[in-house]
Amino acid sequence: MKPGAAPDLAVGLGVVVLGILAAWLTWVIPVTPVYAVVGPKLVPAVIAAALVVLGLMLTVAALRGGWSADLPEVAEAGPPNLLALAWLGGGMLLNLVLIEPLGFSIAAAIQFVCTARAFGSTSMLRDAAIALAVSLAAFFLFVEALGVNIGAGLLEGAILRLLGQEVP
Amino acid sequence: MDSLSGLALGFGNAFSLVNLAWALLGCFLGTAVGVLPGIGPALTIALLLPITFSVNATGAFILFCGVFYGAMYGGSTTSILLNTPGESGSIITALEGAKMARNGRAGPALATSAIGSFVAGTVGTLGIAFLGPVIVEWALVLGPAEYFTLMVLCFVTVSAVLGSSALRGLTSLFFGLLLGLVGIDLQTGQPRLTFGVPELLDGVNVVLVAVALFAVGEALYMAWHHHAGKQEVLEVGRLMLSKEDLKRSFWPWIRGAGLGFPFGVLPAGGTEMPTMLSYYAERKLVDPKYAPEFGTTGAIEGVAGPEAANNAAAAGILVPMLTLGIPTSATAAIMLSAFQSYGINPGPLLFTQQAELVWTLIASLFIANVMLVVLNLPLVGLWVRILKIPVPQLYAGILVFATIGTYGISNSVIDLVILYALGVVAMFMRRFDFPVAPVVIGMILGPMAEQALRQALTISQGDWTVFVTRPGSALILGLALVALVGPKLYGAWTARRA
Repeated sequence: MKPGAAPDLAVGLGVVVLGILAAWLTWVIPVTPVYAVVGPKLVPAVIAAALVVLGLMLTVAALRGGWSADLPEVAEAGPPNLLALAWLGGGMLLNLVLIEPLGFSIAAAIQFVCTARAFGSTSMLRDAAIALAVSLAAFFLFVEALGVNIGAGLLEGAILRLLGQEVP
Repeated sequence: MDSLSGLALGFGNAFSLVNLAWALLGCFLGTAVGVLPGIGPALTIALLLPITFSVNATGAFILFCGVFYGAMYGGSTTSILLNTPGESGSIITALEGAKMARNGRAGPALATSAIGSFVAGTVGTLGIAFLGPVIVEWALVLGPAEYFTLMVLCFVTVSAVLGSSALRGLTSLFFGLLLGLVGIDLQTGQPRLTFGVPELLDGVNVVLVAVALFAVGEALYMAWHHHAGKQEVLEVGRLMLSKEDLKRSFWPWIRGAGLGFPFGVLPAGGTEMPTMLSYYAERKLVDPKYAPEFGTTGAIEGVAGPEAANNAAAAGILVPMLTLGIPTSATAAIMLSAFQSYGINPGPLLFTQQAELVWTLIASLFIANVMLVVLNLPLVGLWVRILKIPVPQLYAGILVFATIGTYGISNSVIDLVILYALGVVAMFMRRFDFPVAPVVIGMILGPMAEQALRQALTISQGDWTVFVTRPGSALILGLALVALVGPKLYGAWTARRA
């Protein structure tokens, strides 16, 4: 096996595992007594089988030297920037944890600051100001213009009260 | 209804103030997202899908099509001024366009691509108006068996023919088909692939998948490979096309439009193939006097042709979507799901049952084209300013919109968890060169294909040979087979001869 093909091998095996998972999920689909030419299991079974076969073919391709190491985008890329990924991932996790207790705008603003930091922004205070403006604008755009109901959190509620509107 | 009376009806409706406003908004948004690297029309339309609950179908589709056309115009601006193509269709534009910009000819490059886009968009929209009803006549005789095989053909072309590897394209497709299965089986009422989670009974939301693939995955991938460094936006200069530029651009526009439209209509090439073909054609056909400009200072023919081909192909993609209900690009697939949320089934009957909607939409495309030329040429300064949004705040903003678009569906944190998890999958797909468009197409078209399969087998009373005994479906199936194994055999054959 060529050096650099190991990640490709993992991808190939990953697809096989996905196929097996799909096969198991197909297996547990309850069967109905209702007559159907194509029952609920047929198409999922075909897809699961195809994923296993495709995964095996990818595995073989990886064992023969892989494909991704030769891609110009991958070959030219520097070492992975794990710090940036950590900031981005951290922002996502914070958002997941905070969106219910604090409401969309504050959680999204925190995520905004973390994401901007991931991409090398240095001024967190300025980002926080932009973030609140962007997330509040997004909130009111979606709620007022698109009619999407996103429960108002602390900040949105306060602003709506200031405007003398009812808090949904 | 024939094309001319259809167009008359359509223009009558499209010129209403409300519809003009939707078209303008769509063109404006579309150009902006086309200009911005990292977001495209598929993501934008997915985020705008909630308006289908409050706006009538005509307005919504005028908006969506404006976004779709606008993104094609905007994408070329980024390719030329930044040398980073925003969409796959403008990769070729970046070749010559960025070279022209570096040599102080950004203005003429932008002008020829905008006017070329206009010419091709108009030719393409005429194509929709006059070819659409013809295809509809043909399509009315298609039964479920033919539909099923048509969808199979579409699966093969979008995954195995386009892109760098049939194997990876097909893997993406089947991943999308798997996602499409999640939820209650409509015919038998059985829950499938839900892990017993009640939230998954309604299936995985398209918006969620599109946002994960096109926004979250992209942001994660960019962060993974992020290294400090600034991109330089080149100066625009004077926008005027000289008489010579105009003469040199004219035939490439026409040829590009002629090449692009058929590729868009046939589910065979997306926008990459016609733009590439147009580039090579212009390189061959160029006046020998200007031939040295190719690859050095940038030849205007190499911008005019591919840019026209790109727009004409984009228009062509709407033909199978509107007449057959078969989407051949990720954006078209998301528009199809918008039709579904109105309870409208695109297909041959659309032109008769929803004639007003269809013709108003087509007329609006003509209007959008005019609006886009105006938006793109005199307002180019605005788009240059948008291009200067710094990368950190741009991606941070994209993620905020991605989150609100997803959270807005059901206010559920579970959706956000699925969003981020799929985003991580998309990041790895990008790293290992798996295309993402087949995922979206597979997810939306998969359930329709299963339904067609069931209908066909019900009609044939369970006889599986129906797909090869009906001449139409046998022919389409044969085409799919050729598309799947043809390139491989051809490669082996040329390798043996060499």
